[in-house]
Amino acid sequence: MSDLRTPLAKVRGLGSARDGTDHYIAQRLTAIALVPLLLWFVFSLAAVAGQDFQHVQAWVKSPFNSIALILLSMVLIYHAHIGLHEVVEDYLHEDIVKTIAMVLMKFLAITLIVTAIVAVLRIVLGG
Amino acid sequence: MAAQQRPLSPHLQIYKPQLTSVMSILHRATGIFLAAGTLALVYWLLAIAGGAESYKQAQGIFGSFIGLLFLFGWSFALFYHLCNGVRHLFWDAAKGMDIKSVYASGKLVWFASIVLTALAWTLALTTK
Repeated sequence: MSDLRTPLAKVRGLGSARDGTDHYIAQRLTAIALVPLLLWFVFSLAAVAGQDFQHVQAWVKSPFNSIALILLSMVLIYHAHIGLHEVVEDYLHEDIVKTIAMVLMKFLAITLIVTAIVAVLRIVLGG
Repeated sequence: MAAQQRPLSPHLQIYKPQLTSVMSILHRATGIFLAAGTLALVYWLLAIAGGAESYKQAQGIFGSFIGLLFLFGWSFALFYHLCNGVRHLFWDAAKGMDIKSVYASGKLVWFASIVLTALAWTLALTTK
């Protein structure tokens, strides 16, 4: 009994950092997913952006594009959130400021993801 | 707790900028800039959902000089962050970590980002 740490704490292996490798893995998994998603999106956008409203609407409405747009929005905003979270951890040192920034960013990220999904669904289901 | 104000590393002010350090901080800077771009993406989707009128309004904003400037900046930042991100993924797999490879891949990232940005804008400006 020379160790006061609980068996659960030992298994988790997080130590005093209070944080594990989950965000590290999530950052890389989202990065891998974003490579094809963003290459598809930027080049599709380049081709479709100059066209009139009906064409752009029809482009979003296609099953492949609407699914890819929802996936892109989710993964992109999640990836951006992980990155900004890291920046806040590095540069904001005041605990209360840091906490407020992290909570607001989390709210904003989730709101943006839901807004993007609803927007795509409105385009797909709308007239 | 911190009684003594010890200097924090890295001491950017005394280091000569190197390709490696400049590319590292640019990765973070482009990441922050691109995070702001997600707002533009969501606005664009909302504008299409809103109908022809709101889409026209969005086209006016994105098609303005400032709008195009931002789109150009975002496209280059995106390709840079994407290519350099792939470079980071190789490093995560412990590949190409010797000094020679790090510089070679760094130059390749610049080259690929410029080529991809040029390709995307050529496509955008020729398919009107």
